[in-house]
Amino acid sequence: MRNIYLVLRREYLVRVKKKSFLVMTLLGPLLFVGFYAAVIWVAVGSVDTKTVQVLDESGLFKKEFKDSEALKFEFTDSSLDSAKAAFQKGDANALVYIPANVIKAPKSVRIYAAKNVSMDLKSEIEKVIEKEIEDIKLAEAGITHKILEDSRVNVNSETISLSDGGEKTSSSGAATVIGGICAFLIYMSVFIYGTQVMRGITEEKTSRIVEVIISSVKPFQLMLGKIIGVALVGLTQFVLWILLTTALTSATSAILSNNMSKQSAQVAKEMEKAQVANQAMQGNAADNPVGEILGAVSSLNIPLILGCFLFYYLGGYLLYSALFGAVGAAVDNDADTQQFMLPITLPIIFSFVFAQFVLRDPDGTLAFWTSIIPFTSPIIMMVRIPFGVPAWELVLSMVLLILGFMGTTWIAARIYRVGILMYGKKVSYKELVKWIFYK
Amino acid sequence: MNIIEVRNVTKEYSNHTALSNVSISIPKGCIFGLLGPNGAGKTSLIRIINQITGPDSGEILFDGVPLNPDHISRIGYLPEERGLYKKMKVGEQLLYLAQLKGLSQKEAMDKLKTWFIKFDIKTWWDKQISDLSKGMQQKVQFVSTVLHEPDLIILDEPFSGFDPINANLIRDEILELKQKGSTIIFSTHRMETVEELCDYIALIHKSKKVLDGPKRQIKEEFKTHTYFVEYKGHLDQLDPIYQILDQKVLEDGYLRANIHLDGNSTANALLLNLVSKVEIRAFGENIPSMSDIFMKAVNEVPEA
Repeated sequence: MRNIYLVLRREYLVRVKKKSFLVMTLLGPLLFVGFYAAVIWVAVGSVDTKTVQVLDESGLFKKEFKDSEALKFEFTDSSLDSAKAAFQKGDANALVYIPANVIKAPKSVRIYAAKNVSMDLKSEIEKVIEKEIEDIKLAEAGITHKILEDSRVNVNSETISLSDGGEKTSSSGAATVIGGICAFLIYMSVFIYGTQVMRGITEEKTSRIVEVIISSVKPFQLMLGKIIGVALVGLTQFVLWILLTTALTSATSAILSNNMSKQSAQVAKEMEKAQVANQAMQGNAADNPVGEILGAVSSLNIPLILGCFLFYYLGGYLLYSALFGAVGAAVDNDADTQQFMLPITLPIIFSFVFAQFVLRDPDGTLAFWTSIIPFTSPIIMMVRIPFGVPAWELVLSMVLLILGFMGTTWIAARIYRVGILMYGKKVSYKELVKWIFYK
Repeated sequence: MNIIEVRNVTKEYSNHTALSNVSISIPKGCIFGLLGPNGAGKTSLIRIINQITGPDSGEILFDGVPLNPDHISRIGYLPEERGLYKKMKVGEQLLYLAQLKGLSQKEAMDKLKTWFIKFDIKTWWDKQISDLSKGMQQKVQFVSTVLHEPDLIILDEPFSGFDPINANLIRDEILELKQKGSTIIFSTHRMETVEELCDYIALIHKSKKVLDGPKRQIKEEFKTHTYFVEYKGHLDQLDPIYQILDQKVLEDGYLRANIHLDGNSTANALLLNLVSKVEIRAFGENIPSMSDIFMKAVNEVPEA
């Protein structure tokens, strides 16, 4: 045990002290927070007011063009020609001409601008005009505004999972997102850390230090120490990511809201207005999508998901890294690993592909079998867990995963112990099988 | 008392036999030369003693007890293919290797300090292995081999990669370790090293032991009863007690002859015989060199 600990500690420290680990640890959250900050920045910072002149000969739209953060409307009564001339001298961004007969000839609306008009501006103006014409036409047909508003309903179904306790509101949207993220993280980490194990073993072999080490440590202890050491590196990275991201996110939002309190207050007001309008239209405050997502997330069993995530990360990693390790021991250098990598990477890639289908049908036959079989279960089961999985399936899958990685570790250890002392020889699959049954 | 007793060890790989029924005794406190051509099975035997692999049959006693994992910390092994973690600092690496051999961090630290002063390599502590020259790496590896003061030190070609100055330094260390009571096994092709340092030898050829024992005794066995003489004058090819095998003229006009002496006669009798005939400048017995013995023993083994 002391030896495993010594090996494990070295493997861990060597990797954690590397610059690349530091860079990855800092870069991960920074990228995430940077993205988050960029979104806020764009939302807050791009408010650049454009002036639009409106020449409304029909006189119908005076009330309909409302000034907003982005658009300011000015009305003019002069003739089209003089308006155009004035526009060219002035600094307005666009000139909208609405002829008197716009209701009969809606296509005669013209937008003049010095440069091309942005799609946003165009659609904004068109929307206002369309809506007003529509209202007018409907009113002519005898449909009142009230009837119209009642007819606009917002259908948003609520999924309710019937579990042992009782009804729980769930959201397949939130479950899909969380399941997808977990599956992706496991997929990535199995690849990244599995290949790290493989590289480490090949490095020991090519630098010939392995002979010195295994004169002090049993090959199995060396392999196990390495696998566990790298697993802890992965866990450290995850924990640091979570902590740093949380810290950075709250710091960023604090700074952003401080620096631009004025602007953001405006934005907030805008948003409030929009929300009020939204709610008024829908007539139901609970339909607010933000509240819905928050509610859905809190309805998920977060401790269970986190616990399972750790279990399946470790299980999947142990299962595959043992195999990666065996490949590392069987070859002489990184370039030779290719021929043995395929059978290991295929099930991982397949699981990730299956995950997309399972997300759509988390209780189907494919979902069931792939979440039970150890080679695919680490990724697929994580997709299913947020949707709720019967306890016996979870237990079966976990037990099989444990048996699975014990099996792969056993096979890997047998290949490893022969492979690390085999230099300068291209190994075939046949030989690998022979090594497994070697006395 | 023997520190290592190899008894009837056989080791087979899928397509060849590495060791076949080999028995060797290695006495405590000696320098033991393990000789043999490439591929003879030396490395296999060393790996078995190091418990890297196990024998198919036969047994090995360490200090009278069958080999077991407790013995690992009492053995220091310098493999022929040297290797260290390239991206690790010298100090950390040595500490790690010493701890794997069972030393505590503190013990290892204390011992390392002594060695760093002895070899005058104090400035290397924080250097990466990849920044050291090959000779420097060899020194580091030598330190790692002997740091835990093992009872048995196994050195596979210990002088390869060293310049003469460092080779001497290492040789002196080896002799000092022997003085302190360690047993040293040399695996080497360099006969001059064997000649100079080894007390006992064993020769393995084609997976079989063909020769072993004290170096002196083996030399005795390989004596051919020939003498050399440098002289002026004339000697007949044949004499009742000797036979001249070959002779040549040296640069200064003297002649040098190799003489085979009749088994029943002594060197004194030969000398008396020669003195009466020629003027002698030098005379001596031809002692076989280790490399002669090596060649002879290897060539005598029938082709398998």
